[in-house]
Amino acid sequence: MSKIRYERPVIKKLETGMPNKFGTRTEYAPMTHIDGVSVKSLIKEYGSPLFVISEKTVRSTIRKARKAFETRYPKVQFAWSYKTNYLNAICSIFHQEGSWAEVVSGFEYDKAISLGVDGKKIIFNGPEKSEEDLCKAIQNDSLIHIDHLDELYTISELADKSKSRPRVAIRVNMDTGVYPMWDRFGFNYENGQAWDAINKIMHSGRMELVGLHCHIGTFMLSPFAYGIAASKLAELALSVEQKFKHEIKYIDLGGGFASRNTLKGSYLPGSDTNPTFDDFAEAISSALLNSNFKQDNLPLLILETGRALIDEAGYLLGSVISNKRSSTGRRNTILDIGVNILFTSFWYDHKITPAQSFTQYSEDTCVYGPLCMNIDVIRESASLPLLNRGDQVVIQNVGAYNMTQWMQFISLRPHVVLIDMDEKPHVIRLRETLDNITGMEKVPEHLANFNK
Amino acid sequence: MKKRKLNIAVTGLNAIDSPGPGVSVIRALREASSFDVNITGLSYESLEPGIYMHDLVDRTYSIPYPAAGIDTLLARLEYIHEKEKLDVIIPNFDAELYPFIKLEPKLKAMGIHMFLPTLHQFEERHKVNLNDFGRKYNISVPKSKVIYDLNTVHSLPSEFSFPMIVKGKFYDASIAYSIEQVKSYFNKISAKWGLPIIIQEFIHGTEFNVTGLGDGKGNTIAAVPMRKQYITDKGKAWGGISISDEKMLDMTRKFLKNTKWRGGFELELMKNKDGELYLLEINPRLPAWIYLAVGVGQNIPEALVNLALGEKVTPFATYDVGKMFIRYAWDMIVDREEFEQISIYGEL
Amino acid sequence: MKLRKNVAVSEAGLLFNPVTGESFSVNPIGIEILNLIREEKDPEQIGRIILNKYTTDQATFEKDYYDFIGILEHHNLLESHEETKA
Repeated sequence: MSKIRYERPVIKKLETGMPNKFGTRTEYAPMTHIDGVSVKSLIKEYGSPLFVISEKTVRSTIRKARKAFETRYPKVQFAWSYKTNYLNAICSIFHQEGSWAEVVSGFEYDKAISLGVDGKKIIFNGPEKSEEDLCKAIQNDSLIHIDHLDELYTISELADKSKSRPRVAIRVNMDTGVYPMWDRFGFNYENGQAWDAINKIMHSGRMELVGLHCHIGTFMLSPFAYGIAASKLAELALSVEQKFKHEIKYIDLGGGFASRNTLKGSYLPGSDTNPTFDDFAEAISSALLNSNFKQDNLPLLILETGRALIDEAGYLLGSVISNKRSSTGRRNTILDIGVNILFTSFWYDHKITPAQSFTQYSEDTCVYGPLCMNIDVIRESASLPLLNRGDQVVIQNVGAYNMTQWMQFISLRPHVVLIDMDEKPHVIRLRETLDNITGMEKVPEHLANFNK
Repeated sequence: MKKRKLNIAVTGLNAIDSPGPGVSVIRALREASSFDVNITGLSYESLEPGIYMHDLVDRTYSIPYPAAGIDTLLARLEYIHEKEKLDVIIPNFDAELYPFIKLEPKLKAMGIHMFLPTLHQFEERHKVNLNDFGRKYNISVPKSKVIYDLNTVHSLPSEFSFPMIVKGKFYDASIAYSIEQVKSYFNKISAKWGLPIIIQEFIHGTEFNVTGLGDGKGNTIAAVPMRKQYITDKGKAWGGISISDEKMLDMTRKFLKNTKWRGGFELELMKNKDGELYLLEINPRLPAWIYLAVGVGQNIPEALVNLALGEKVTPFATYDVGKMFIRYAWDMIVDREEFEQISIYGEL
Repeated sequence: MKLRKNVAVSEAGLLFNPVTGESFSVNPIGIEILNLIREEKDPEQIGRIILNKYTTDQATFEKDYYDFIGILEHHNLLESHEETKA
């Protein structure tokens, strides 16, 4: 006779505010497969923890985003934000889907070039660009987005030296009614800094001012703020046209669109309330179409959205190491997923879904990672089904930032697997080995031997 | 002629000291002249008194908190609909309106009708947006400013005179008489409800409330103003009286005409010593004292149900002035099994 | 170890403690263990029965069993030693 699946015995006091069991029953459905591949087999093959990215979801998401904008505005270009996820395979999917590259360092710039991205289709953002980086960008005719006056003067000198005319844009910061206002990047709109920078560029004659850029914040929940930003940039572009008879080719609204994650402290889940691509597209395109651009001469609209394009495609698979009870009687569960690979657990309440079937019984649980560090908490409080040691879980919406901001700390970083359109898994980044880490170290000779 | 029978689900069964409107709404529906009802209660917690009022509520189902997400709520409503064949749902909590508004088309496709404000109306009337709202619709509102940063507090005295009201995004309000108090309330309230904090001009005067119903086309279907006579330490009316004030009714009609408000609502108004009216807050649902409106001749929940079902409703023309409501508490005797039943199975 | 005499456990997994007025919900394996305790089975016997029926191992069950007993004690559902002696 086959045995019944074991579940630990639990007893819970009935409290008036307690969610009833139907709630936990419907709130959780086990996630046994990702794109047709079983979670069990993935972990068996590639180990636990494991990052999994769905190529299907990446492609369908960028297509959805393009459709939302292209049906509302005639000229749209997406540029993949490398810092969000710069694994070569992921960047390549976006480039296949027609995205340019948006980079914010010399390292990212070189990565894009080595992947084969046309220099003309690289947008170079960020406050730090070395002279060497800028020379490369000028040579390759990339789009350089100027962050501050020092950079403006450097580019001007380099242009003079190299007898070339770099294509530049300025980054503009502004009040769009959102808080915090990102005024540390670029030139301020309201106090005239931006207009001043534009005048300096135009009068120098050494650079070609092709675009205006802004990036108003991160995880934005208000599409209207983008509408305001688009109107202000449009006004600036029209002022340039009026004063210098010079046409601004593109308006770049940056990124910052929220994904479906739930920010800590939100009452309603992010998947219900966060704006969709359609909401953002509607606000931005109507602001541009309602401005005074001539109908046949609208600027190109560039979008650098990262998070909203990749978050949903990423999964982090893991296993239960142990169940404990705290001194206060609270249930603690330890997973093999730590904050060193799931950075986003500092600001999201990630949903943790078991990978196997379970009953409707649940316990209020604090979910810890495996690190010997007090800050290693994945969820302070989650109503979780009764997981056994060795059971597997799936954390969803982890595609953005985790595979760039992760750190090699205490343990080695895991494999990243891509499930392709034919539901076939491929390793796209290998698990780290001890040699990878120690191979970069050097020990001075006098420390070489301590077993005397 | 035999009256048709409608299956109506109602939330807000928490008839406690800071009551939800559900039980009053149900009483109104039971007295409707245009239909008979079978009432399904929808509860969040097992001790909501309405669950155990079997003469008012035929059957109750627990529903998940809005924080569980729209899909979870929909799955639960599908289950309830299968059993109860609902015609109408009347949500009565601010916090649940967002998911219900989002679900309106899906529920309609299932044959369940609601009569709620649009998402735009719901967002626009939010406290944080009150200044813009007043400007846009030409309605007097107290001057207010949304602040995110404690450093901006020092510039407030140039715009506001003391005392000023420090309000939280969702709940909580305190009256501050000095910058130090503003700072202290800023910290206290933002710790609890997050940012932003709303600074509002303090208006000396008397508080009034108006409940009513808009048809979504700008017409006033119902409007009853009330003055609170007895206020609990939670600021809730424990007694009130219907009054006749043309200015208040004018403001209500203007609000409905300009916003094309759809559904029930409650306006919180302040009248200063010069008789000027200010709109302090718009609650996007019926208030707990809605039964007073029924008592003075405007059965607003009945009219709301008829509008939800797409029927033509004649606006109420009059109401009795000077009628009072006095709330009272009532101890029911309940078997433990009933509490366990709703706690464990989510149905009673 | 004994369950308090007047503690009532229903089929549906409801447990009521008339001394404190508290109600509890218990999952099916929890009820099974409560019934075994009521039948005065000792921990080894209970362990054998559960291991025969469910997919688990001795170490896991033992840990969960004593955790469960700890929670029963915490909620005052077991007779204390003094009471047992008396």
